[in-house]
Amino acid sequence: MRHIISILVENEAGALSRISNMFSARGYNIESLTVAPTEDASMSRLTVVTKGSDDVIEKITKQLNKLVEVVKVVDLSEAEHIERELMLIKVRAGVKEREDVKRMADIFRGRVIDVSDNTYTIELTGEGAKLDAFIQALDQSTILETVRTGASGIGRGNRILRV
Amino acid sequence: MDRIKTEELTGAQILIRCLQAEGVEVVFGYPGGAVLFIYDELFKQDKVKHVLVRHEQGAAHAADGYSRSSHKVGVCLVTSGPGLTNAVTGIATAYMDSIPMVILSGQVSTAYIGEDAFQECDSVGITRPCVKHNFLVRDVKDLAVTMKKAFHIATTGRPGPVLVDIPKDVTVNTCEFQYPESISMRSYNPVKKGHAGQIKKAVQLLQEAKRPMVYSGGGVVLSNASAQLKDLIKRTGFPITNTLMGLGAYPATDDQFLGMLGMHGTYEANMAMQHCDVLLAIGARFDDRVIGNPAHFAQNPRKIIHIDIDPSSIAKRVKVDVPIVGNIPDVLDDILNLLKNSKTDISEWWKQIAEWRGKDCLKYDRNSKLIKPQFVLEKLYEVTGGDAFITSDVGQHQMWAAQFYKFEKPRRWINSGGLGTMGFGLPAAMGAVMANPGATVACVTGESSIQMCLQELSTCKQYRLPIKIINLNNKYMGMVRQWQQFFHGNRYSESYMDALPDFVKLAEGYGHSGVQITRPADVEPALREAFKRKKDLVFLDFITDQTENVYPMIPGGKGITEMILSEDL
Repeated sequence: MRHIISILVENEAGALSRISNMFSARGYNIESLTVAPTEDASMSRLTVVTKGSDDVIEKITKQLNKLVEVVKVVDLSEAEHIERELMLIKVRAGVKEREDVKRMADIFRGRVIDVSDNTYTIELTGEGAKLDAFIQALDQSTILETVRTGASGIGRGNRILRV
Repeated sequence: MDRIKTEELTGAQILIRCLQAEGVEVVFGYPGGAVLFIYDELFKQDKVKHVLVRHEQGAAHAADGYSRSSHKVGVCLVTSGPGLTNAVTGIATAYMDSIPMVILSGQVSTAYIGEDAFQECDSVGITRPCVKHNFLVRDVKDLAVTMKKAFHIATTGRPGPVLVDIPKDVTVNTCEFQYPESISMRSYNPVKKGHAGQIKKAVQLLQEAKRPMVYSGGGVVLSNASAQLKDLIKRTGFPITNTLMGLGAYPATDDQFLGMLGMHGTYEANMAMQHCDVLLAIGARFDDRVIGNPAHFAQNPRKIIHIDIDPSSIAKRVKVDVPIVGNIPDVLDDILNLLKNSKTDISEWWKQIAEWRGKDCLKYDRNSKLIKPQFVLEKLYEVTGGDAFITSDVGQHQMWAAQFYKFEKPRRWINSGGLGTMGFGLPAAMGAVMANPGATVACVTGESSIQMCLQELSTCKQYRLPIKIINLNNKYMGMVRQWQQFFHGNRYSESYMDALPDFVKLAEGYGHSGVQITRPADVEPALREAFKRKKDLVFLDFITDQTENVYPMIPGGKGITEMILSEDL
């Protein structure tokens, strides 16, 4: 099953590599991984999307907790949560295609953030499935480049992860 | 307000002060370019003694053996690049067996890091998967607090090696020195006490058990919980087995001890593991060499109570009914406080165990004209009165030592159980001598293993380390040969040790004495003679039966009761 795990980690050199190394050394899968500092600059928050049975997910969270620099670990998928991913996608948008591309972006609540004579760059956020759907909806031959951040997640309501 | 006056010191000076503050008495190491300033400061003081090894692998193993035999932190010091990479095998060995060690490695100056400088390597990156934690100190101001953290992390929770990588300029730069008295880290707070509710549940299960079994591992030795373990076993009357890493935690001569379990464990210990109804696992991790195939192990229903300081060790290979995360002595104290004094009647269970014991699974041919390795170890036990520190290398000799030397006390049996590192025995014995001056220390090894860190014979000469080397020489990598005999159609691919050195002359070449023993009748006299020589290293080269195998044996991937027993049975 797909799980989304949030990790608070000391913002120190090598911390990210310790975490990703643990996954590869023990043969656990990483679908996506995002990381950035939090409001407290001494700490970073990682979001890892992984797949595995309940047993495997339990092992993953235990191994993460064992890492000296890891402050807290939460499996967001255990309860209500929200997740979002950002995608930037550059598509061919000459005179012929512009209308269609713009309309499609609007339907998905995307925004055109850069324009050139023959390209549009669109910004789109949402759950991974929505971004997939947008890619599917476009004329495949017009896609020039895509970049996705991987999922970030947060618990709903009063479910808070902090020190 | 008066400011406390602090001194301005160089990084190298700070490092030595930190070691002194931590009570470090011995550092095992080897100098090199990046650590010259540290060695200069070592030279100027006499509180921290330095032992010069002949290869950095030896430094790491010696620090490891020092720690295992004493419960102190083992410290080693190596230079950058090859100094560190040579030590990696020793670091990984310590990591697998959870040994508290601090490894200090030199690094090229901060300005050169990442430029492929001479003797540069990414030490922190290379060691990351085989240390509990590691640090690169980029600023001399961070050095003291990093050292404090390193010792704190190495010794608390589940212990392990911690590496501190120190660039050369950091050893030269200066700052005010103050060693922190304590340290707190928000991301690292190992538990001590076990969960009270879980402990209650465990006691309940233990008191209702009809066929109880206790299985204890290296964690009991590492946490110094032998006294509590003995108390528990005596008060309950339960049978107990120790893992390879746990030998000595419970006295091997006691009737309630079923011997070691696992791949080369006794028939009775393995049978009892499979057929018990309540299993209490303490500081052990159900690894593949212990329970064999986990699916086979799970076939018999039993309630499992698992005590360990490391949550990730619990429910890793088997399902656990009552997990208890905590420091073993604390948890056992709590269990002992709750135990009723009335013992449950488990005489039926003991009857069953006695039947299994009747197999006499460690029997071997005592009338052989060739020296049987088991015989050497029995005699070693007798001659040393069971009170020696025994280190070993890896292979058949290691298993025979575990089976035939009856360890009465913890920390007397020092071997590489997790990583299985050949070459461990001799340098580990050096560490044991340094930690226990005057004690009897023997290294049980084989002609193949001993050659992997042989150069340390020179260190033994320099520091007059009176280790007795028990070389069980069968001219084969015995355990490899045994597997080839059993599972590879007797094709002894590259396991024969051709062109062996004359070990007697070799020992003499290093300034020690050597004796070759070829007849069973000479075994005991040779041992007695050697152990009389309290000040000398003696290399005893026993020419043993080449065809002898270690029994019982659970073939890889098989179940714990699917043992191959000796043909003699």
